[in-house]
Amino acid sequence: MQFMLLFSRQGKLRLQKWYVPLSDKEKKKITRELVQTVLARKPKMCSFLEWRDLKIVYKRYASLYFCCAIEDQDNELITLEIIHRYVELLDKYFGSVCELDIIFNFEKAYFILDEFLLGGEAQETSKKNVLKAIEQADLLQEDAETPRSVLEEIGLT
Amino acid sequence: MPAVSKGDGMRGLAVFISDIRNCKSKEAEIKRINKELANIRSKFKGDKALDGYSKKKYVCKLLFIFLLGHDIDFGHMEAVNLLSSNKYTEKQIGYLFISVLVNSNSELIRLINNAIKNDLSSRNPTFMCLALHCIANVGSREMAEAFASEIPRILVAGDTMDSVKQSAALCLLRLYKTSPDLVLMGEWTSRVVHLLNDQHMGVVTAAISLITCLSQKNPDEFKTCVSLAVSRLSRIVSSASTDLQDYTYYFVPAPWLSCKLLRLLQCYPPPEDGAVKGRLVECLETILNKAQEPPKSKKVQHSNAKNAILFEAISLIIHYDSEPNLLVRACNQLGQFLQHRETNLRYLALESMCTLASSEFSHEAVKTHIETVINALKTERDVSVRQRAADLLYAMCDRSNAKQIVAEMLSYLETADYSIREEMVLKVAILAEKYAVDYSWYVDTILNLIRIAGDYVSEEVWYRVIQIVINRDDVQGYAAKTVFEALQAPACHENMVKVGGYILGEFGNLIAGDPRSSPLVQFNLLHSKFHLCSVPTRALLLSAYIKFINLFPETKATIQEVLRCDSQIRNSDVELQQRAVEYLKLSSIASTDVLATVLEEMPPFPERESSILAKLKKKKGPGAVSVTELEDNKREGGELNGGGDRGPDTAAMAASNASTPSPSADLLGIRSAAPIGAAPANAGSLLVDVFSEAGPAAPSAAVNDDGFLRDLEQPTETSDSLLVEGSGDSDSAPPSEDPAPPLSEADELLNNWPKLNVQTKPVEPLVEGGAQIQQVLNIECLTDFSDAPLLNIKFRYGGALQNLTLKLPVTINKFFQPTEMTSHDFFQRWKQLSQPQQEAQKIFKANHSMDTEVLKAKLLGLGTALLDNVDPNPENYVCAGVIQTKGQQVGCLLRLEPNAQAQMYRLTLRCSKDSVSRRLCELLAEQF
Repeated sequence: MQFMLLFSRQGKLRLQKWYVPLSDKEKKKITRELVQTVLARKPKMCSFLEWRDLKIVYKRYASLYFCCAIEDQDNELITLEIIHRYVELLDKYFGSVCELDIIFNFEKAYFILDEFLLGGEAQETSKKNVLKAIEQADLLQEDAETPRSVLEEIGLT
Repeated sequence: MPAVSKGDGMRGLAVFISDIRNCKSKEAEIKRINKELANIRSKFKGDKALDGYSKKKYVCKLLFIFLLGHDIDFGHMEAVNLLSSNKYTEKQIGYLFISVLVNSNSELIRLINNAIKNDLSSRNPTFMCLALHCIANVGSREMAEAFASEIPRILVAGDTMDSVKQSAALCLLRLYKTSPDLVLMGEWTSRVVHLLNDQHMGVVTAAISLITCLSQKNPDEFKTCVSLAVSRLSRIVSSASTDLQDYTYYFVPAPWLSCKLLRLLQCYPPPEDGAVKGRLVECLETILNKAQEPPKSKKVQHSNAKNAILFEAISLIIHYDSEPNLLVRACNQLGQFLQHRETNLRYLALESMCTLASSEFSHEAVKTHIETVINALKTERDVSVRQRAADLLYAMCDRSNAKQIVAEMLSYLETADYSIREEMVLKVAILAEKYAVDYSWYVDTILNLIRIAGDYVSEEVWYRVIQIVINRDDVQGYAAKTVFEALQAPACHENMVKVGGYILGEFGNLIAGDPRSSPLVQFNLLHSKFHLCSVPTRALLLSAYIKFINLFPETKATIQEVLRCDSQIRNSDVELQQRAVEYLKLSSIASTDVLATVLEEMPPFPERESSILAKLKKKKGPGAVSVTELEDNKREGGELNGGGDRGPDTAAMAASNASTPSPSADLLGIRSAAPIGAAPANAGSLLVDVFSEAGPAAPSAAVNDDGFLRDLEQPTETSDSLLVEGSGDSDSAPPSEDPAPPLSEADELLNNWPKLNVQTKPVEPLVEGGAQIQQVLNIECLTDFSDAPLLNIKFRYGGALQNLTLKLPVTINKFFQPTEMTSHDFFQRWKQLSQPQQEAQKIFKANHSMDTEVLKAKLLGLGTALLDNVDPNPENYVCAGVIQTKGQQVGCLLRLEPNAQAQMYRLTLRCSKDSVSRRLCELLAEQF
């Protein structure tokens, strides 16, 4: 996979993940072009399209479009399910995820994506394992918090 | 604001995001952002040391601002500080910032790499994963240099946690993609391959992506993965839908891993070991069988995952192309999908069938679906699906169904989306040519194409129909008759006029016996279109007219009258005017014999690959392997390379030109092949003689973009053609391995040379070993320049990018046009150019012979006119010329005063532009 974009029906970019080195200018140009192309498509249309020398796979979930660019030999249907699995992960983590969750907790959305996909390839497809990793990290934070405040209280810092 | 805020909330961040969302206008948003940036800047600069939490919060805000599309130029240092925090979320935000906003600041990279190194050696798996994610996200060369040797160790170490192994595998993959030279698997190869056997499905899923990429580059070293992959696949395929627990996705066992395994197998030929092969065939059959079973769930996820595996299996079957039974089964399965209610499946089935159509085992099976595919072309509501249907029709076309398919495609063209018309036109043209049994059908088809979609018929297409008509006597009469009829239409496309003009000019005599298409009727028909056409078409028509004079002497008076009228002979377009003048003179001066020689019928073209096919390949091609570009050159002082190639010997020029295709024509592959019959040098000098007798009428260039007249070609004054030969040693370069920069990028680079307009033709993506390719550069001078342009040739050879930089022998004097003038005129202008900056002078010692003839040759080679009897001192030389640039004409006067005793020269230049005086003076001083 070369990149993944999340954008709203109004064309606002909510998340961008690039797995190939591109300049900021190119990224903006690609984003603008793709958002326009995808938003112009009608609901019943096919989820795949050829774009430059890439294949675009996209799917709409409520107000958000999830859009992936894959290479010629990559599998479109499995990419569609990558999108779905990511949505499931977000949903499970946030509890019926909505666009606002992704706006306000964008960093979490990135962390979850990094656990699931790395370098554009599926790293861990088990929903349980991905969420376990994220929750462990959340716990780590709380653990780290507690001893420090205890230490502070007794004036050891 | 939503209530969700797991882990640790950052209240300040949430408030800021709310503020931004509440902004009513773009201006308000920018104002709010600037306020926040100022705030963060002051916090970072303040005396009070920030605690980790605040630092994290501000870095996170900066990240948010950046992701909104604003530039961020600070905060990197604070983010790097976060990396060394021992609190997970602070570290995590630091890494996220670095991953999104990489900075090539070397000082920073060192610090980042240091932090990564610490985390990698921390033995804390969560920290290790964060560090690996960062490397995989950034993937820069510096990181590859620092970590490429460390990561394989982590990947195969026995005590590494599974989650770390997964990250390490994909991290290594990313580094391998950016810097393959730095990732050396060597000793690790076998242990990496054995990760396919790992207990943990997640490890296998991650590792297989790495193994697939490595196998593509080094198939032999990784060969052992084939049998491992087959047995892994077999275990998954035969497992029950619940065996794999959380790796089962909507009742489909491990769909991602299955697809990746099938993809890995496509890097290799079918397994040689009979048992392995048998097992694999069994797997593929099971996958095909499962497609027929009733679905275990109504959810689209279930069918998508199942069909993803099916399509990947079909790809493997097509890749092997050796199992007729499986190929036919695959084709039948796809045939079912062609009528499926899911648009996605119809799309993929059409796409996949395209590749099946090229296999000899399944071509016939694919053909049985022709009606369904034609129906899809007519009824699909989504243009991308229709496009796939058109592709498939093209792929399944052969002699038996060509007429039906071409007819369907033609009728589709009338309503086709604009975005795909050009490609459709090319495809129709190719099919019509390839499967033409009788060429009258071919001619009809192409003329129909022009009628239906004239705007999308590129030059390649109409040139090609002319090539074919010229090469086949049996179709010439029919072609003349058909174009004559087509031109009767009240509104016909300009491309039709071009084809009509060319064909009637060559073969109008074949239909002239019929009084309804007598020579004059033909001429009047063509001429009735003349005024509606663009300049290039008019130029072509003028050439058709002179051919008419030869074919039908009875039209001579009428045509001469047309040529003589003011709108032709005084046309403001130089090209048209020149043709009118030259053709008029030619028709009145030359004898019938000479006329018949010059205007003889075009000789047949050598058989070659269709230029249309080449164009289609280019349209669809995988990006070029060799890319030519011009770059700015800062070096001063190019060599003056103006010797013989610009001399006065026009006959020699015409002769040499015959072997060097002129720039405008070579793209089309027509003109370069034209001069075959008569000896070109003779014909060229013959014409030059005619013109020089004719007096002042333009003696120099007769350039025909259409290649209609033979042996008349000379370069235009504002262009230079140049032959660049690519070195052909690339025999070991495999065609598709190295992704080259896309062509569009190269095009942009070409325009980096702002003072010259350089046109090149696209280059084939691959140069075979020992082969040579020609690149013709067409250069127009936009404004005067001093640095010679550089030709930068990039290509891949043996996997590595090669870069050759050649200086082009293009100097400002190449754009000279000589100007004859009298002594009086010369000195009058000399005095007009009297401002000090307009003059450039040099006094220098002679480096070469001061022989008069040599000096004269050099000065003529410069491109100016050498004026006799102008300077009172006969020892001196004076020259005059005009430099033609796009923007302006720069008049130049030159005086060279040799002093034989002192072996010295004084060179003076006066030009209407001071930079030109200086540049010419520098250039010339080196020559004497």
